[in-house]
Amino acid sequence: MPFELLIALRYLREGRAQTWLILVGVGVGVAVIIFLSGLIGGLQKSLVARTLGSQAHVVVRPREELPRLLPTHGGAIVESLMERPAQRVRSIVQWQHRLADIERIDGVTTAAPSISGAAMAVRGDGANAVTVRGIEPGSYGRIVNLDSLIVRGRLDLDGFKAVIGTELAHELGLDVGNRFRLRVGTEQEGGTSGVYTVSGIFDIGNKDLNARWVFVSLRVAQSMFGLEGGASTIEVKGERIYDAELIAQQINGSTGLVADSWMKSNAQLLTGLRSQNSSSVMIQVFVILAVALGIASVLAVSVVQKSREIGILRATGTRRAQILRIFLIQGSIVGLLGSAVGIVLGVGLNVFFSRIIQNPDGSATFPVMFDSVLYLRSAALAIGVGLVAAIIPARRAARMDPARIIRSG
Amino acid sequence: MTDTPATLLRLSGVTKDYGSRVITHVLRGIDLEVTAGEFLALTGPSGSGKTTLLNIIGLLDRPTAGRLEFRGADVAQLDETETTAARGRGIGFVFQFHHLLPAFSARENVMLPLLADRGRRDREMQERADELLDEVGLADRASFRATDLSGGQQQRVALARSLVMRPPLVLADEPTGNLDSESGNQVFQMLRDFNERHRTAFIIVTHDDRLAARCDRVVHLVDGQVESDTRQGAT
Ligand SMILES: Nc1ncnc2c1ncn2[C@@H]1O[C@H](COP(=O)(O)OP(=O)(O)OP(=O)(O)O)[C@@H](O)[C@H]1O
Ligand SMILES: [Mg+2]
Repeated sequence: MPFELLIALRYLREGRAQTWLILVGVGVGVAVIIFLSGLIGGLQKSLVARTLGSQAHVVVRPREELPRLLPTHGGAIVESLMERPAQRVRSIVQWQHRLADIERIDGVTTAAPSISGAAMAVRGDGANAVTVRGIEPGSYGRIVNLDSLIVRGRLDLDGFKAVIGTELAHELGLDVGNRFRLRVGTEQEGGTSGVYTVSGIFDIGNKDLNARWVFVSLRVAQSMFGLEGGASTIEVKGERIYDAELIAQQINGSTGLVADSWMKSNAQLLTGLRSQNSSSVMIQVFVILAVALGIASVLAVSVVQKSREIGILRATGTRRAQILRIFLIQGSIVGLLGSAVGIVLGVGLNVFFSRIIQNPDGSATFPVMFDSVLYLRSAALAIGVGLVAAIIPARRAARMDPARIIRSG
Repeated sequence: MTDTPATLLRLSGVTKDYGSRVITHVLRGIDLEVTAGEFLALTGPSGSGKTTLLNIIGLLDRPTAGRLEFRGADVAQLDETETTAARGRGIGFVFQFHHLLPAFSARENVMLPLLADRGRRDREMQERADELLDEVGLADRASFRATDLSGGQQQRVALARSLVMRPPLVLADEPTGNLDSESGNQVFQMLRDFNERHRTAFIIVTHDDRLAARCDRVVHLVDGQVESDTRQGAT
């Protein structure tokens, strides 16, 4: 064991109460950081996951203004105010080629064609405005895992089958196997209508979408909106969710199509997440500052207490740089051990809170993230803070005058 | 033995002043030459500058003026690192108040200068420490913590520590000052034995005339000046 480490460890061990106090201090600081980061990280991750559970990362559509899906905050989607009954759903020109182009873009994992159009769902006396979503279950399933959202029946869009949300099912009194009518346009304008069988009912975690979305096969939607062989939107999924805006810009640049990322469509959510992040960063900075001051003051006291021994060490051949290192090492060790205490404490707090505070259905309100990168980073941070905090006391120790100390006995 | 003993240490016109507004002239022109293997007593009344002189010779302090040569090298030319190295390897210290590190065992205290010099622990330094502890009669106390030893035992550990680098010169500031006459005698005899066995030069500050009488040479300081420098027949 190196000389400096040996001395540093012995001094810490000898420090007892002082060492314990500072370890607990660093530990509490690190625990706060871990707990906060875990909590906020988990919360944000689940918010984003819930948002992206029903949305593609990027939605591509033709340049022209069309009655379109205008997703707003919280994942809710409402139709554009510009929608007029006469407006027709339009296809992306040569969408197969565009889709292939998009899939070649770096960071894009998969893309799927779809058709979105307004319709009325009618059963008996009831009639609800809905958004018909024409998809290929295979390709669309790689973007939104619809299968996992089905709560009754199954995802089957063969022929004139449709999958509807729980809310629509409730409002129209529909269940798996029941039939209902989908009408596009008004009869005066020569609108079309057809009868569909409910094959499955989904719960997307959003009441509005559960009332609005009706999934049919792409082919059925094509004929429903008079778009034989067409697709009105291309839905895109990327490797990293936060690259979506970048990908959207690239798509727009290379194809000229309008491409909206989920980040743009959910700007308010993102702003919220960001301000949450910055306030958590602020808290962490102050915690780190408090920890650093704690370490520095404990070490400063220890330097004064140890001045006699520092004099002996210096008189018996210990170099200034070695004395400096002895105290820097003490700071780092306090950081290292303190962060170990803090990680245990922080994880414990996270687990405790996620167990205690639960939703009525028993799921955790605070989904906690266990993030080894976060732990390693916190440990590295604590060691760094310990090291920096030790600089002033260590320099003071190294500058001590051995002659004076030895004389005073 | 050798015909003309080599000069180990040469001081010429060394002065030391303390203070900036009110200046105290603690040392006023010390000329002193110490040869290898010498056993020298430094005496003088309290406040005459003995500890100050010892600190300057031990490279813990710098003279205000004058020249200090250690083993032929002008010490004033050395920087901090070189000074520490010269002190670590060339000079052993036994302090008036047995200065041991309380958190360490007797063996570790003895090893300390070697540890600082080599950077990490090795077998050889442990053996050397044990040998020295054996020589000062503390083989059975090697793993005792410094604070669990008696005053005389602590001073013997300090003596072993001062010798572990095999320095040509050991400076001892009233090594027996805090001890009863019995253990004081014992420690003094050990210094003498080491001096004879290893030809290590000793400069011993003492107030005890009987101990001074047992040294080869007595340098008497008064008011920061050498008042007398007498060589006497051994023991
Ligand atoms: N750092 C200092 N600043 C001012 N004066 C000092 C300082 N160190 C020592 N002195 C003065 O120098 C003088 C000599 O002190 P020194 O310790 O060398 O005496 P000494 O001969 O060792 O005395 P003693 O026998 O009591 O140990 C004293 O008058 C002391 O007050
Ligand atoms: Mg003195």
